[in-house]
Amino acid sequence: MKIPEQIQRLAIVMAVVFVGVLVTRFLILPRSLVSTGLQQAAAIEREAAKPVKFVGSSECEDCHHDVADKQRVSFHKNLSCEGCHGQATEHLEDQSVELPSPGKRKFCPLCHAFDPSRPTGFPQINPTTHNPLKPCIKCHNPHDPVPKKVPAECSACHAQIERTKAISSHALLACIKCHTVPQRHKTRPRSALPSKPETREFCAKCHDKGATVEKDAPKIDASAHGGPYLCWECHYPHLPEGRT
Amino acid sequence: MNKREFLKGLILFFPAGGILRAIAEEAAAKETTAKATDKKASGSAESKGYDPADHYYGMGIEIDKCIGCNRCVEACKVENNVPDLPFFFRTWVERYVIKWDGEVLVEDISIKDRKSKASAQEDRDVVRSFFVPKLCNHCANPPCVQVCPVGATFSTKDGVVLVDSKRCVGCRYCIQACPYGARYLHPVTRTADKCTFCYHRVVKGLLPACAEVCPTRARIFGDLKSKASRLMRFTRMNKIHVLKPALNSEPKVYYAQLDGEVR
Repeated sequence: MKIPEQIQRLAIVMAVVFVGVLVTRFLILPRSLVSTGLQQAAAIEREAAKPVKFVGSSECEDCHHDVADKQRVSFHKNLSCEGCHGQATEHLEDQSVELPSPGKRKFCPLCHAFDPSRPTGFPQINPTTHNPLKPCIKCHNPHDPVPKKVPAECSACHAQIERTKAISSHALLACIKCHTVPQRHKTRPRSALPSKPETREFCAKCHDKGATVEKDAPKIDASAHGGPYLCWECHYPHLPEGRT
Repeated sequence: MNKREFLKGLILFFPAGGILRAIAEEAAAKETTAKATDKKASGSAESKGYDPADHYYGMGIEIDKCIGCNRCVEACKVENNVPDLPFFFRTWVERYVIKWDGEVLVEDISIKDRKSKASAQEDRDVVRSFFVPKLCNHCANPPCVQVCPVGATFSTKDGVVLVDSKRCVGCRYCIQACPYGARYLHPVTRTADKCTFCYHRVVKGLLPACAEVCPTRARIFGDLKSKASRLMRFTRMNKIHVLKPALNSEPKVYYAQLDGEVR
């Protein structure tokens, strides 16, 4: 059988193209262009070679150990130096490059202005009423911040509870009516927590139908009302009206 | 061509297919040897005491500690040259406000100069409110890697999802695919960009910039392969949740005290 000439020619062209593709793929193209592994290794290397800007507090401690020693035992012990002073790469290489010290009044409220979404117990102030226009560092050392004097009123820290209670029918009850506050709680808040009522009988002192202490308090039959549940499982003591 | 010639042609055609297959297999074998040598190459490149196979990184976030101060966002932008414009973030902080009627308000508090809805929270409709820091979850099963048409994004051995900016063609497919919205298109390079867990710091034994500056230690970075790492201790001591577990992307950013409303 004779293969038609056009088929033969086509076969030659196909063969040339095929060989050309193979040569390009395996000989001409550099391996780094076709090998995924090589490309990823190169990308990882590029990523790992990027310059570090935040050098870490341990580098700062090497020279500034006086400040570091003070800070290590303060309320600000978890803070990184560069969190307030900015990244220190240039300063580490050349000490004449000074890092900014945020002394402006608007810096500290970034963390310490009152914000209802912030966790309860985190020290917060109202920047408009808290010693207006006075720079924070006039009273508080940022490396060892303590309140100028321990605030007498609970609302200094527990502002949200205070404001909730103020519009409730428990507004006239002092905090210490229900909570016993150890003295240590005022200086080391988390090391000694205030007590909380533990039994139904505590609320019943005023709210049981036989109670004589608070005449105007709403009365219930403490032995029957609410079944096995504790009072504060249904009524929030700082806003006992509940919601309708 | 008659039937006889056609059948003869077929006899020639099938052995040719076999030869092609043999060539293809040989090429594939070459490829795997190339990969094996690549491994050696990458090993020697980071021979300064760092072996990626020894590590598997993750991050823990303690919601109850986050005060929404945005120090992490600022530090990340400086460390990684993220454009100092709103809407470009490798990490950001969201405020969640949950109301009595079940309505959930989510607000990105990292966007500067935006009128905050914070005043709305003073009213009595609010049940609870908190901050949620977010970043790339460095999924063990990353959807972004699956969709990349050019293989520019990949998981490293130490569990970090990276973007090869030289390979990326900027098609934005991965940005669409990321269920956590953690990627953005870099306005200068026009390639996809995202959190790298500060890979350049981590290989040197430093913490990522966000974890370094966090004033309340709400972010815990660590190695999942080391039982003694802070992260493993964090996951043992807390009740842990991840974002969108139903997607099976197996995120490696672990949240403690996460509210069910957070997505």
